[in-house]
Amino acid sequence: MILSLAWKNIWRNKPRSLIVVFAVAVGLFGGLFSSAIFIGMVDQRLSDAIRNEVSNLQIHHPGFLSNREIADTIPGAQNVLRQLRKDPRIKAVSERIKIIAMASTASGGAGVKINGVRPENEMKVTALQMKIADTSGSWFTSGRKNTIVVGQKLAEKLKLKLRSRVILSFQSVNGDIVYGAFRVEGIYKTYNTSFDETNVFVRNDDLAALAGLQSQQFHEILVSLYNDNTTDQVVDSVRNTFPHLETMGWKELMPDLGLMAEYTNAWLYIILVIILLALSFGIINTMMMAVLERTREIGMLRAVGMSGKKVFLMIMSETTFLSLTGTLAGIIITVPVVHYFQLHGLNVLMFAKGFEDIGFAAMIYPRLDADSYAGLIALVMLAALLSSVGPSRRALRLRPVEAIRTL
Amino acid sequence: MEIISLKNLTKTYREDSIEVTAVSDITLSFAEGEFTAIVGPSGSGKTTLLNLIGGLDAPTSGEIVVNGTNLARLSSSQLTDFRLWNVGFVFQAYNLIPVLTARENIEFIMHLQNKPVHERRKRASELLQAVGLADRAKSRPSKLSGGQQQRVAVARALAPRPRFILADEPTANLDSHSAENLLEMMEKLNREENITFIFSTHDPRVMKKARRIITLEDGKVLRDEQMHK
Ligand SMILES: Nc1ncnc2c1ncn2[C@@H]1O[C@H](COP(=O)(O)OP(=O)(O)O)[C@@H](O)[C@H]1O
Ligand SMILES: [Mg+2]
Repeated sequence: MILSLAWKNIWRNKPRSLIVVFAVAVGLFGGLFSSAIFIGMVDQRLSDAIRNEVSNLQIHHPGFLSNREIADTIPGAQNVLRQLRKDPRIKAVSERIKIIAMASTASGGAGVKINGVRPENEMKVTALQMKIADTSGSWFTSGRKNTIVVGQKLAEKLKLKLRSRVILSFQSVNGDIVYGAFRVEGIYKTYNTSFDETNVFVRNDDLAALAGLQSQQFHEILVSLYNDNTTDQVVDSVRNTFPHLETMGWKELMPDLGLMAEYTNAWLYIILVIILLALSFGIINTMMMAVLERTREIGMLRAVGMSGKKVFLMIMSETTFLSLTGTLAGIIITVPVVHYFQLHGLNVLMFAKGFEDIGFAAMIYPRLDADSYAGLIALVMLAALLSSVGPSRRALRLRPVEAIRTL
Repeated sequence: MEIISLKNLTKTYREDSIEVTAVSDITLSFAEGEFTAIVGPSGSGKTTLLNLIGGLDAPTSGEIVVNGTNLARLSSSQLTDFRLWNVGFVFQAYNLIPVLTARENIEFIMHLQNKPVHERRKRASELLQAVGLADRAKSRPSKLSGGQQQRVAVARALAPRPRFILADEPTANLDSHSAENLLEMMEKLNREENITFIFSTHDPRVMKKARRIITLEDGKVLRDEQMHK
């Protein structure tokens, strides 16, 4: 009964309550939508990074990542590959030779990472063939030897076109500086320009010959999974099977992104807490006014035997209902908007360049989970609870005799 | 049977170092089934006296015993309970909760007492009938006349069957016709159901319905007369 009374009470001053509801709704919409955009950006960045760059997990010789020593190849790579291909959670694996090199043309030079790959394996893992436009060549389909696929950013920098020649130079296994001439067969473009600028792809047979490596020597194995969520499990089992190798999941390979992914929810809650804090002042103020206006009525209620506890509960419920109504309104606005853009994408083309420089796509697909909405409601309840303390206490401080005297 | 006894009751207000003795050394007792008017000019202490009896205010000195309970012994939450279970209040105005219907207002106190729903319903219907507002059960106070509102207030006060009803100038805001109606209704409830009413007024026409008239002046009892009818 106190609850239904509280609900009726908040609609006594409709315009005032509606303003609060509106403010809460708009405030939360802003917080939710901006968080959804942020989460969508991180999602996309993450899925691109996994899909096109690092895959779910990578295996190296333990010293390779820190020293980049060309001789630190994965011992028993053939066996490792065979074992991995048996695991039903694993979709594909790609073995790579990785060498830091200098790429030069007539127009200049640039430091690059050469990825020596088996094109048919690599395409199942990083799918870079999908990132080559129709007019930008192909992914090792020409059948020629010594061809190379480069990123668009690097192509621009070195003024490379299809069939341009580029010289790669690096230190071979013997310590000699070796030179190799490669013809550009394809130019790819991901959302991550710095990736595009530094990663070039060649056939591993071509590269092995140049570097003086045996045909089954690799530096890196990329593993892509059917389900991203099983990454940690698979990392564990690979570690157990091959304790002498270094196995890392994408979170360790990209610690900055890993952290971002872990904290998207924290980010959401921080924003919401700040917004709710601001809104609380409005809510407190409104409730203070409501209590003040109803001095006589509350005095009467106390006089006829309504306990302080029940008055407190009534004011608290009013505060909570008011906030929750605003919250539901906010959610009702947010859900379809987020859903729409989740399907159609939010185009931030005007910032595209800046975004792609840091690895984010210009097309954002905002996302919010049911959990986030549930968390929001819990937060609002808490905020309402705290906001109601002041007004409720004011209601309790009223002495019924005096409140009635003002008749 | 005596239900209220006041002994040397005094209430002094102090405001800006000026002392006002609103009730001064009053000794009185009230019996079950009374229909008593407390009269006197404005400022004579009627409201203060009723508030003291109802446990809304504490005396400066003296004793209030209701059904053998000395109110001075009760904590403030016990006093709230005391009011809830023993006293029916009717104020001059603002008796009702504006967002509730007449019926809901009448059920309100029974709600506070956690009375079961069927009992509340039955009692409210009974009382709506008794105060002649059966057809206005679903009206909110703002849709009722002043006299009708006060009838609902009386019904609300009666609903939990309190030991007595304290009504502070219940007719002050009513026209004389409605005032008389309300008094007749109260008198009928007193006569037929032996409900104790103590009400204050300074309206002579209301006064003359009472069976006992206590006249106050400057916080003191000037006269205490039984009217024989
Ligand atoms: N809260 C208060 N503070 C100071 N003086 C008061 C207060 N309440 C009542 N009084 C004074 O006490 C006296 C009696 O008031 P009251 O009981 O309201 O009389 P009545 O109801 O007969 O008009 C008046 O002089 C009034 O001014
Ligand atoms: Mg008075």
